[in-house]
Amino acid sequence: MERVPILKLGDILIVSIQIDLQDMSVLALQEDLSERVVATGARGVIIDITAVEIVDSFIGRMLATIAAISRMLDAETIVVGMRPAVAITLVELGLSLGGVRTALNLEKGVALLNQIENQTPTATW
Amino acid sequence: MTTAEELPINVNGDVVLVRQRVRTVAVNVGLSLVDQTKVVTAASELARNALVYAGGGQVRVEVVHNGVRQGLRMTFSDNGPGIPDIEQALTDGWTTGNGLGLGLSGSRRLVDEFALESTPGEGTLITVTKWAR
Ligand SMILES: Nc1ncnc2c1ncn2[C@@H]1O[C@H](COP(=O)(O)OP(=O)(O)OP(=O)(O)O)[C@@H](O)[C@H]1O
Ligand SMILES: [Mg+2]
Repeated sequence: MERVPILKLGDILIVSIQIDLQDMSVLALQEDLSERVVATGARGVIIDITAVEIVDSFIGRMLATIAAISRMLDAETIVVGMRPAVAITLVELGLSLGGVRTALNLEKGVALLNQIENQTPTATW
Repeated sequence: MTTAEELPINVNGDVVLVRQRVRTVAVNVGLSLVDQTKVVTAASELARNALVYAGGGQVRVEVVHNGVRQGLRMTFSDNGPGIPDIEQALTDGWTTGNGLGLGLSGSRRLVDEFALESTPGEGTLITVTKWAR
């Protein structure tokens, strides 16, 4: 079973999926990422799927789960690099990935994280 | 010319092999990039279902012809518990596992032809076809 490496850049964790993952590797990634978010206190997770040729219900669920887990751990998840054909297929499959933020590429993903950070609500009443 | 091959679906890694093989055939048949992506996604869903719910099975992948049109046909078969209520199984969101209940209904939307036969206690046979445009 392949394991996807998790890179740390400042307070952002970056994962780039480069191979066709079997379900067990997808689950392992989900667990590894949650652990690393806690261990590092990261404020953001970026999952780069530029090289991913299909997102089926299993990987889609993993992306949504990672986003939900990190949010509970006070981190934002951004999925970057989704191919147009993958996006079209996901919608037709019926997966909207509602709770998952996306950006076109890694650079825009990092910019989005910074933007979210700056918007963090301080007392506004 | 006909090409057909039978691929086993017995372990997790077989689902990956099915995806990769279907991609290659989809390219050869001349499916567009979007249609390749759709048919590979459907293959992934149906192969995983065979593995998870039937404990394994196989898929026959073949190139089919309709006049000058070429298509890719996949026939998934297993000897698992079968699906008692097919209509229900094909409903978005219906699952007996812990999935999203999108595999069957979503796959049906991703292909041009979809046929599901199942006999409780005997198994399930799903045939899907995607035609090149
Ligand atoms: N080959 C099969 N043999 C027996 N039952 C099946 C088979 N394929 C699907 N089913 C049944 O049909 C239900 C719906 O399948 P479907 O793929 O749509 O959803 P899921 O697998 O539960 O979730 P998802 O695919 O979204 O992760 C399954 O929960 C299962 O009960
Ligand atoms: Mg399924």
